[in-house]
Amino acid sequence: MTHSEVDAQAGPVQVRGTVLTVRRVDAYHAMTLVAPAVAARFKPGQFVTLAVGGPDTSMLLSRAFSIHDVRPDHGGTVEFVFASRGPGTSWLAERRARDVLDVTGPLGKAFPLPRDPVNCLLIGGGYGSAPLFSLASKLKERHCEVDFLLGAASGDRVFGALTARRTGRTAIITTEDGSLGSRGMVTDMLDQVIHDGRTDVIYACGPMPMLRQITVLARRYDIPVQAAVEEAMACGIGVCMTCVLPVVGSDGITRMSRACMDGPVFRGESVRWDDVGTIPFDAFGAPGWEPRSRRAAQLHNGQARGGDNRGGNVRASRPGTEPGGDPDRGDADRGNIDTGHGHAGHGDTDDGAAEASGGGGGGGRYGHGR
Amino acid sequence: MAVDLRTKLGHIELPNPVMTASGCAGAGRELAQFIDVSKIGAIVTKSVMLSPRSGRPTPRMAETPSGMLNSIGLQGPGIDAFLQRDLPWLLSRGARAVVSIAGGTVAEYADLAARLSDAAGVTAIEVNISCPNVEHRGQVFACDPDAAAAVIEAVRGRARYDIPVFAKLSPDVTDIVTIAKACVSAGADGLSMINTLLGMVIDTDTMRPRLAGLTGGLSGPAIRPIAVRCIWQVREALPGVPIIGMGGVRTGRDALELILAGASMVSVGTTIFHDPSACARILHELEEELTVRGVDRLADVVGLAHQPPAVTRRALGPSTRVSPSTPLRRS
Repeated sequence: MTHSEVDAQAGPVQVRGTVLTVRRVDAYHAMTLVAPAVAARFKPGQFVTLAVGGPDTSMLLSRAFSIHDVRPDHGGTVEFVFASRGPGTSWLAERRARDVLDVTGPLGKAFPLPRDPVNCLLIGGGYGSAPLFSLASKLKERHCEVDFLLGAASGDRVFGALTARRTGRTAIITTEDGSLGSRGMVTDMLDQVIHDGRTDVIYACGPMPMLRQITVLARRYDIPVQAAVEEAMACGIGVCMTCVLPVVGSDGITRMSRACMDGPVFRGESVRWDDVGTIPFDAFGAPGWEPRSRRAAQLHNGQARGGDNRGGNVRASRPGTEPGGDPDRGDADRGNIDTGHGHAGHGDTDDGAAEASGGGGGGGRYGHGR
Repeated sequence: MAVDLRTKLGHIELPNPVMTASGCAGAGRELAQFIDVSKIGAIVTKSVMLSPRSGRPTPRMAETPSGMLNSIGLQGPGIDAFLQRDLPWLLSRGARAVVSIAGGTVAEYADLAARLSDAAGVTAIEVNISCPNVEHRGQVFACDPDAAAAVIEAVRGRARYDIPVFAKLSPDVTDIVTIAKACVSAGADGLSMINTLLGMVIDTDTMRPRLAGLTGGLSGPAIRPIAVRCIWQVREALPGVPIIGMGGVRTGRDALELILAGASMVSVGTTIFHDPSACARILHELEEELTVRGVDRLADVVGLAHQPPAVTRRALGPSTRVSPSTPLRRS
């Protein structure tokens, strides 16, 4: 395969990866693939896609999984975590050592890292916590303090609780059934954890409702959130346009952005969480949408009512949107996030509601129980 | 083993017949991370419209047996951004750009053709007529011979004379040959087929349609027999009209099947979603399939399945290592 000159260093590759191990981890599976080229390019938060089912399969779509970890063994290995929920992930769970898989990655933008040593809170829902541990290592290299807040429906669905306890300054676990840690949702503990840890930056990975709530809560404290979203994907490389969600750009314009290319990590406030699954009326290219210059001209001429869509003001005042903000710079004061390289991964979870709603809690990280 | 893979897109010669299918490769930029976009026959762009468009709400996709439904709604930045950003990029990479256009009215299609003609470097225009006609109760252009012909005539009239115009046909019609003939009479230099078929999936847990847009276009190997049938029928009726074939092509052998039915070019679509380098792979496989059959020139097998068995055998050549009735073993 060829790489363009520009992308040669950082761009993804499509390779044949050899399965090293597939093991059960509580309610999930963890697969390690030998894929040196992918491992060499990896940054925490990025994901891989895999073709599933073999050459004559009836399952055509890639399955996307955020990368849990890379290691130097065997030239370079990549590990990811998945729940066996649909035919595609069941097939993956049945792979054995030395099987060869078609894998593409690393894909997507990684988590932006702070320039200064700050207090970082890493929040994961279900196996959405998978990408947070390699992120924690990177943060610690930069002398950041790392606190974990992990949650799931039950104890066997909290991924990485032990690692979190071992590596984090603190690690708070919540489960909805109370089988591990405290009973409740991660968002129930958020206020307390932020106070105790004097949190400067939040990194979160999990189902959409969780990310939305975290963004709303963090906004009260003016803490920037880097959220890795989950959206159903067909390709993972930016061509199919299925994984879009409304994101406000630095120019204040909402665009239907691809979770795979423009994300999966987004600044929490840039995502219009309440409008996910819709096309906001003021989104770029929405029916009746007009270029801002034309709208401005109309306003100027006192014709701002009627056909113009600038009800955008309503949007501007809601939490979760900040039309004037610069997604790449807004965080600087607090966490000093340097963007520029991206980041992220997705977390996802495993929570029934997310799956039922078609969110990615399902089998492929980004798929619906496929 | 050097098979002559050159083929004709109207009067324009392409080095080989493998292209991307519209809507499955953006404007080529993403694929360039995995393949050399100048090495395949052409990049067929995602359909470009006059204005930016946000598309439909999510979920936009559902996997089906050997296929998928999509309901993207032609999300895209519009012709201005395309001409400013995407087309120059394609040309800078040495790719041949077949630009797919879509509109809601005949005038929009014509304007798009004019805009593309003013820009240098467009290899051909593929007219996506599977769009609702807003001036006619939303009836899809491709389903009505008169509406389809009106679009093609307008595009042919406004497109520069040396840019071939291909009409992309929908299989969701009673008789595809009628539409094909109407488009060719209206000036189409060639035909692309097939577009997706309209389908629907209902989630039995939520008891609601899986797609936010309710219905979606079915693509993938599930529709390949329909593509073969459509290409066959149109080739039979209009043997001199070049055809870009597409519909569930996953391997070089699948591409050959469409070529035997009458396609001189083959587009690869849904397969790209699980194999980003599929176009390069399929091109290589197609060359192997031809070599192993003793075929020296791609042009010799275009539409060959229409010939009686004796002619087919002769075309395979004396050096052939397979007979038509034995399955090909890949080396």
